[in-house]
Amino acid sequence: MSKVQLTNVRKTYPNGAEAVRGVDMEIESGEFIVFVGPSGCGKSTLLRMVAGLESVTSGQVLIDDRLINDVSPAERDVAMVFQNYALYPHMTVRGNMSYGLKNRGLPKAEIDQKVTEAAKMLRIGDFLDRQPSQLSGGQRQRVAMGRAIVREPKVFLFDEPLSNLDAKLRVQMRIEIKRLQRRMNVTSIYVTHDQTEAMTLADRLAVVNDGKIEQMGSPIDLYNNPATLFVASFIGSPQVNLLPATFDGQHLISGDLKLSGFGDLPTSTELVLGIRPDELRLDESGPFLLRVDIVEQHGSDNLIYGGVLGAMNDGDQETEFCFKTSQDMLPDLDSTLKLGFNDERAMVFNKVTGERLR
Amino acid sequence: MKRVQFEHSAIPYLFVAPQIIIIVVFFLWPAAQAIYQSFLLEDAFGLSSQFVWFRNYEDTILSESWLQAAGFTVLFSALVTFLSLALALLLAVKANEVIRGASTYKTTLMWAYAIAPPVAGLMGNLMFNPLIGDLYKFLNAIGWDFNHKLDSFDAGFVVVLISVWKQVSVNFIFFLSGLQGIPKSVLEASLMDCKSSLRRFWTITFPLLAPTTFFLMVINITYAFFETFGIIDTTTRGAPGGATTTLVFKVFQDGFRGADIGGSSAQSVVLMIMVLALTVVQFRFIERKVHY
Repeated sequence: MSKVQLTNVRKTYPNGAEAVRGVDMEIESGEFIVFVGPSGCGKSTLLRMVAGLESVTSGQVLIDDRLINDVSPAERDVAMVFQNYALYPHMTVRGNMSYGLKNRGLPKAEIDQKVTEAAKMLRIGDFLDRQPSQLSGGQRQRVAMGRAIVREPKVFLFDEPLSNLDAKLRVQMRIEIKRLQRRMNVTSIYVTHDQTEAMTLADRLAVVNDGKIEQMGSPIDLYNNPATLFVASFIGSPQVNLLPATFDGQHLISGDLKLSGFGDLPTSTELVLGIRPDELRLDESGPFLLRVDIVEQHGSDNLIYGGVLGAMNDGDQETEFCFKTSQDMLPDLDSTLKLGFNDERAMVFNKVTGERLR
Repeated sequence: MKRVQFEHSAIPYLFVAPQIIIIVVFFLWPAAQAIYQSFLLEDAFGLSSQFVWFRNYEDTILSESWLQAAGFTVLFSALVTFLSLALALLLAVKANEVIRGASTYKTTLMWAYAIAPPVAGLMGNLMFNPLIGDLYKFLNAIGWDFNHKLDSFDAGFVVVLISVWKQVSVNFIFFLSGLQGIPKSVLEASLMDCKSSLRRFWTITFPLLAPTTFFLMVINITYAFFETFGIIDTTTRGAPGGATTTLVFKVFQDGFRGADIGGSSAQSVVLMIMVLALTVVQFRFIERKVHY
């Protein structure tokens, strides 16, 4: 049960590249925090700074109000699960799990008890005397988690732990990680680029972009109220529909389209209208005319992709929209659908700064 | 169950033929020659010979000089193997940690690899020359009454030093690539599990280098047994009083200098058997502990 606090944390590499540019964050005890962002955004660097595998250029990292900037990784009382498992190949499963405890000088009986307990919890009790090379990917990942659990650390760190697993196993392990974390109630930081993992695991989600925290909050809050264009387009699957537009005082104008129901927007700058695929609906009097291009049947619902007639994007091509609808909706290809949208839930962003305007 | 048999042509045999020819010409044939000659006693001029069964073996192997050479060879090989491995490992670990100018360090450390053993011996000879040798003067200047022409310990010191120096670079290359082959994340995981870097080295890094170490051990023992001939021949020539004579050097000395072809052949057959036994032991008992 521990708090983690980051104050104006920065990381600059010797070659001048700035990976993390001033992050402030307070993580409450027992919270499950997920860092999500595109690759190269600095989320892993941030995690590794908490782990102690990466030095902190400036700012402070605190665990339970103790400054740990210059504390060695082994003395920070954190445990990490790596993407490629990082098991010690020359040790048995038991050896892997007890290694950290042995180095801390725990009595053998206590180590055995902890290892057995963790193995039972992770259902790897039968493999304790095997070598990692004899295990499957999922089993290896369990061992890696076991190695973290036995340490009973103050903070769990996960660096894309499910990326090397196949899709089905990934879903299973995701649920298991969440269950374990709930049960043990240990503060956890989890890095991923997979937004399903991010949405389902997090108590709070931090969207990282270009070395900064773009927005932080509960997953559903970020989905419903993204603060920036980046967050809106990163969170949500299928992705939010974006339509470049300008405001003339009464209407949003995009190509030949005129959309009403908007007010109090700047007329001087370029704007982007954002509509979630599930906020679109069939509406004979709606403003959009969608020419059906592809219909994806996902089972419970269908995703219909197509160009919006009259709406041009920057490349002077028709803006592509995705319309999420029920499974019985199967329009012919190249037919057109008249679509309306819920203007209460539509979002408008400043195209240049990415800032949300309404 | 009946095995499926495919009709095969002679072409595959043609492909392996060059290798087989090389083995036959350069190993099997000389080995057979050596075994045959080891049973012959020749007169000093090489005009006549007589079949004497195992007398050559009895005469040479039970002689004091052979036992001395065998003793020195074992000690010499153990020292050269251990020291060159240990030194190379230390250098590789340290060079692997260097960030600035890393390639300069590595290239410099690898350089000695390009030097042939006899050349290394010649360089050693110059450095230990009593008249102009810097190392000779230095060792005497720091209070060591050093004279490798007279003192057998000093002579051993010279050949071990040169042999180790020559071999360190080879071992360094292999250890360095072995170190770079260890996954970074495994080292990072150990960083979080163990705070003592020395302990991390012996519990994680060193066991993961075991396959490299084993391979190098085999290579180094072979090196110390055979290839150091050039170094010994250009420095001490087995002196003083046979104190630095290795078994291979003695084969050469007795056969080519002493013209005792039969005795020399008998020694080389014994040497062959020893190396064979050594290889079996290495693969049987040590390699077993290497796999993970």
